Amino acid sequence: MRRPLRRLLLPLATGLLFLGAWQGVHLSLSDDLRFLLPSPGMVGDAWSEHRDLLLRATVNTAQGALLGFSLAVAVSAGLSILLSLSASVRSCLYPYLMALQMTPLPILAPICVIWVGAGLRSVALLTFVIAFFPLVVNTTQGLIATDRNLVELFQLYRARRWQQLLLLRIPAALPYFFTGLRIAATISPIGAVVAEMNAGSSAGDGGGLGFQAVIFASQAKYAALFATAATTCLLGFALNAAVLGLAWAALHAWHDAYERSDR
Amino acid sequence: MSPVVKIQDLHKIYESGEVPVHAVRGVSLEIQRGEFIALMGASGSGKSTLMNMLGCLDRPTRGTYELDGINIDELDRNELADLRNQKLGFVFQGFNLLARTTALENVELPMLYGRHRKVSMEKIRERAMHCLEIVGLANRFDHFPNQLSGGQQQRVAIARGLVNEPQVLLADEPTGNLDSKTSVEVMGVFQKLNDQGITIVMVTHELDIAKYCRRNLILRDGVVVRDELVADRTIAEEEMQRIKAAEAAAKLTHQAKPGS
Repeated sequence: MRRPLRRLLLPLATGLLFLGAWQGVHLSLSDDLRFLLPSPGMVGDAWSEHRDLLLRATVNTAQGALLGFSLAVAVSAGLSILLSLSASVRSCLYPYLMALQMTPLPILAPICVIWVGAGLRSVALLTFVIAFFPLVVNTTQGLIATDRNLVELFQLYRARRWQQLLLLRIPAALPYFFTGLRIAATISPIGAVVAEMNAGSSAGDGGGLGFQAVIFASQAKYAALFATAATTCLLGFALNAAVLGLAWAALHAWHDAYERSDR
Repeated sequence: MSPVVKIQDLHKIYESGEVPVHAVRGVSLEIQRGEFIALMGASGSGKSTLMNMLGCLDRPTRGTYELDGINIDELDRNELADLRNQKLGFVFQGFNLLARTTALENVELPMLYGRHRKVSMEKIRERAMHCLEIVGLANRFDHFPNQLSGGQQQRVAIARGLVNEPQVLLADEPTGNLDSKTSVEVMGVFQKLNDQGITIVMVTHELDIAKYCRRNLILRDGVVVRDELVADRTIAEEEMQRIKAAEAAAKLTHQAKPGS
């Protein structure tokens, strides 16, 4: 079988197998317990029933996730360069960056609400907090892990520090940056959903997927909850695919890992 | 003509460890323009230390070093770095090319800094292209390092070493990462450069590589124990023809087998 075809068919096959098994488990449950695991068909029905609601919620969540994600990219790029300047700077700041990451979002959420109000602004800010750490850590690591021989070469030819940064360190850090970007893209929608559950607002149709999930749960609409979960997954996939495409465009010409796209 | 390198009673003592290490113990040496020298010796013989001092990367503890008539002892750090840029070209064992950067841009790199900043981009490009022509890679100017073989990458690195028009080209184990056939290819480039009058000093472990040079210096325990001209010098072009003939012969026998 041709490679691209196989790469498309194999995951599709596992997906169908999984759905079959799911349906099997659903059918094996006694009638009074079937609500615990709605069948794939029921989830599909729930999705089409609440389609408008879910689509609007997806757009809202995507807004919060993208806003927080973009903010994280912008701030982490600058901060990583600062951190890469010296080990002392890293010693000063790293513990507190980690502390930020260690604080659970549900605890930060009410504080955020006090500061900037519930809704999109809080969601974006909380997403920023969670997406920011993997970006900073990876990019900083990339900036300081430059090949020593090349650094010495630049010093040998008396390159200035900014030339070293621009021509050597930043290009060499790109693969690390994109690794961080992928992690951030994966957790941004999750962060946004958790943020919506804790600091979301439905004012002016602003409710996102997290907000919707809380409502479905309170109404015991379990099939709709599954549909919400699937929608969140799709959002994550979309963001991930965008980042992968970006990484490929930026790196495939020279980085070994991207040399042959079918590997 | 005055020698391009003149070293008198050079010593280097490293004080950093518990016991001071006397790496170079009194080396005197003159290198004339157009020479092609192999610096040999086991590890710990002091050849790398001597090479670092020749490259103005390290200062001697004692003794004098005159490069192109300039006593480096009288220079401060910046002046020394400038001198290094003007008079010396470097080739390394690991090529040290920038990955994301084409062959031509890699060769241009040394001209983007220091005294070249006032030179126009066109002139820089022209000069870099000329150096790629010298090493026979002008047709590959837009290739990235990962699209070039090991030997081609080292030739790009040699072109980069030439771009500042150095008085001396210093090469540290330039064939250390290459197989024997590719080593011949690279040594051929060095011989061609030397035939055009460029002074070359290279460090090597391998005796058969040293035989491509004109003069061999052997160091042991920080002193030069042998300094001699190479009697039966290996010529890269002849060696390459021998390898190709052997390969062709091997191919013929290989092709003959299935039929027989």
